Amino acid sequence: MQNSYVIDRRLNGKNKSAVNRRRFMQRYNKRIKQSVADAIDRRSITDIERGENISIPAQDIAEPFFHHGEGGNRSFVNAGNKEFTEGDRIQKPPAGQGKGTGSGDATDQGEGEDDFSFHISTNEFLEYLFEDLELPNLVRKELGNLEEVSYRKAGHASSGIPSRLNIIRSMKNAHARKIAMTSSLRKKLKRLKAELLQLQSPSHNDQDHTKIEHLRIEIDKVKNRIKNTPFLDEIDLRFNRFDVVPTPTSAAVMFCIMDVSGSMTQETKDIAKRFYLLLYLFLKRNYEKIEIVFIRHHTSAKEVNEEEFFYSRETGGTIVSSALLLASDIIKTRYSPTAWNIYMAQASDGDNWSNDSPLCVDVLKTSLLPLVQYFAYIEITEGDHQDLWDHYLKVQSEYSNLFSMEHIHSVSDLYPVFRQLFHKKGGG
Amino acid sequence: MKTKQKPLSTQSEWTFELIQSYEHEISKIAKDFGLSTFPNQIEIISAEQMMDAYSSVGMPVGYHHWSYGKQFLQTFQSYKRGRMGLAYEIVINSNPCISYLMEENSITMQALVIAHACYGHNSFFKNNYLFQTWTSPSAIIDYLVFAKNYVARCEELHGVQAVEQIIDSCHALQNFGVDRYKRPQPISAQQEEDRQREREEQRQQQINLLWKTIPLSEQTKSKAKPVRFPGEPEENILYFVEKNAPLLEPWQREIIRIVRKIAQYFYPQRQTQVMNEGWATFWHYTIINELYDRGLVTDSFMMEFIESHSAVIRQPDFDDPYYSGINPYALGFAIYRDLRRICEEPTEEDKMWFPEYADSDWLATLDFAMKNFKDESFILQFLSPRVMRDFKFFAIKDHESDPFYVVDSIHNESGYHQIRKILSEQYNLSINEPNIQVINVNLHGNRELTLRHIQTDERPLAKDTELTLKHLYRLWGFPVRLESKSKTTITRILQVPPETTSIEAYDIPFSG
Repeated sequence: MQNSYVIDRRLNGKNKSAVNRRRFMQRYNKRIKQSVADAIDRRSITDIERGENISIPAQDIAEPFFHHGEGGNRSFVNAGNKEFTEGDRIQKPPAGQGKGTGSGDATDQGEGEDDFSFHISTNEFLEYLFEDLELPNLVRKELGNLEEVSYRKAGHASSGIPSRLNIIRSMKNAHARKIAMTSSLRKKLKRLKAELLQLQSPSHNDQDHTKIEHLRIEIDKVKNRIKNTPFLDEIDLRFNRFDVVPTPTSAAVMFCIMDVSGSMTQETKDIAKRFYLLLYLFLKRNYEKIEIVFIRHHTSAKEVNEEEFFYSRETGGTIVSSALLLASDIIKTRYSPTAWNIYMAQASDGDNWSNDSPLCVDVLKTSLLPLVQYFAYIEITEGDHQDLWDHYLKVQSEYSNLFSMEHIHSVSDLYPVFRQLFHKKGGG
Repeated sequence: MKTKQKPLSTQSEWTFELIQSYEHEISKIAKDFGLSTFPNQIEIISAEQMMDAYSSVGMPVGYHHWSYGKQFLQTFQSYKRGRMGLAYEIVINSNPCISYLMEENSITMQALVIAHACYGHNSFFKNNYLFQTWTSPSAIIDYLVFAKNYVARCEELHGVQAVEQIIDSCHALQNFGVDRYKRPQPISAQQEEDRQREREEQRQQQINLLWKTIPLSEQTKSKAKPVRFPGEPEENILYFVEKNAPLLEPWQREIIRIVRKIAQYFYPQRQTQVMNEGWATFWHYTIINELYDRGLVTDSFMMEFIESHSAVIRQPDFDDPYYSGINPYALGFAIYRDLRRICEEPTEEDKMWFPEYADSDWLATLDFAMKNFKDESFILQFLSPRVMRDFKFFAIKDHESDPFYVVDSIHNESGYHQIRKILSEQYNLSINEPNIQVINVNLHGNRELTLRHIQTDERPLAKDTELTLKHLYRLWGFPVRLESKSKTTITRILQVPPETTSIEAYDIPFSG
């Protein structure tokens, strides 16, 4: 009598909790987004692609239910008595320190002080980031795809989509199959024909008439059967197969140029950081090797590291051309345009020494734009545009496919700056 | 004593054949000891799947809800940090009895789990009176499938958020969604669905009747005395709301019913923690030792077994950093084991304390103890002085007005009875959980629902009571009031919404 069954369930799906997990994430969406935003501010641009630990105060996700609180008169049993004897009095610990003699009550849960923390994956982290930047879906998909790949021919397969049908191979197979399937029939036909020929020869008499008739019918039958062999059968079909291989990529350099004069607040810098981040993520998808050059400027420009770039403050006036000239110098000495794809992203509050703007346009036109793949400019300001904006507008109309500029109010305005860049690459 | 046999295995890896042969031997031993069980369905699963099973409170199929996602994240996080080993097994009170074995376990652990779950828990599920009275093991899986599909259909029709809100509120009250005295009839999934349709219609009629607003004629009015509704206080709050809340849609009532049905199904497990775990532990210990006596397992198998077994029944002292109350495995195991000793080798003390069990047939006595009790009565009946001494139990009195804890009694002659009584109450759900009942509905006024909390030992309700009350308010749809009463005085009144606020302006905050 078999009363027990052993079943292997290991191959069943293991993600039974996926829906519930997603529900949880949706419910606490705001908090998770906040944690992600904090992480972005904290992390280096190049360190953006990993998961994050999210922490939510336990009381915010507690599920309430009716149970006893502290107070009242209780008696409870503990284990492991050492020196106590009946009637002993033990000083209670001061309120708020927790009980020294924790009781085994089932009602003690639910009011812990610890945060509820969990980990979100790299993909989820990026998804929240993209949501923050309000990227269109197509771009999200492209950026979220961590492995950039292409397809390479890799032989043939017996199944596939119709558009990949390999006609020559399929027909060859069909032909071979037809030969194989009809060989016995053809032998039979040959024999029958020979017989018929013999019967029809003059040496034979009329008695064979019925026999000849019979043979003819037989021959027709066999011919028909040969004819009815399928012309193309499913087993003949061959499809071109493709393997997924990583794309061969090359090097890119990204110039981050930012005005650090006194008028730039930390808030505008945080927006600027997302601006550079977005460009970085884009480049990461398309190039194997990426270097980043940080140039900050007020009246003079200086190459700095990321930390200094985002967090040190300066005062004084603004001469934008100093940064553009420095960038041009750095390209000349370190990043030959034949070996490097050059991208530039400039953020500013629009301030510039008024005589300097024509010079900027000049530098852009003569020594930068001919060398770069893309130049993006954002102006983060509440006030009116100054003349740098007007001058840049002229450049944009002239170089509309590689120069892009935008007036930024919030992070959601960032994506349009790169729209052309993403469309050019994303679409093709 | 039989002649020694060849060991079943000498390596620690398991194979399906090995599991089957261990299962076979264990089932023979279980039969020799007279254990009566449901058929077993043993499922081998991976660690990830175990975490899934873990986070759906052990239900093999369950409706979707964020709180299970929270549970999963918690399990996953602590597992990843290595802070917690996963449970070796999960067993489901169903017929056939489903047990999960983790693939990471060694063959020793698999054998332990088979003895523990497939024969220990299984026979408990089948024979304990609470499970026999309150659960329908052959119908539960069908019912869970029905529930899952029903909730999914509601989500399609009414939106995920609307359904989630109802479930949130039901979960808040699920401990108060159980009948303690009435027995539901087991039915199949098809019947369940048919009845669900019938219920929908009936309920609406009933509610229309209750809340009809056509004015009565002056004559009938003057004759009618103001009636209390409900006529008797109702302890099953969810049941009361399901049947009587004025504004709920039929599907919302059905969801309330689903949550309370599932709560009801788990209620016996909450009442028999010590007994159930103790029984399973006692049997894995007894069965594996018998395997050893029959020569079916090796010495190294036993070493690994003893190590795991002692971890399961470890009881830290109260001043140990790992102390978190009394370990139900340890306590239950000790009581059953000592009961066997009392049957087989009673001392004078045992003869005085347990005259009816001393020198009785141990299998029959243990069977009786397993079948006819729940934790509180089990402890009251079977906790022996010997076990109290072994655990070095002592009882503490904690009175709010007294700045000192007082040691009420210890493990000595004068304390045994008192300790046994206090420990028994510690496992009494009706003392452990606050006593809250529906006592009145204002039928002709603002439809306010009144709950009465009868305080035991002046214990107040916890801080999150008002939040729980808000959930009840969401279900009831009209003001909700909770009165706490200690002896004859009302000590606290909570109202949702607070009297000063108009109902319209008072919305339940949703989510964090």
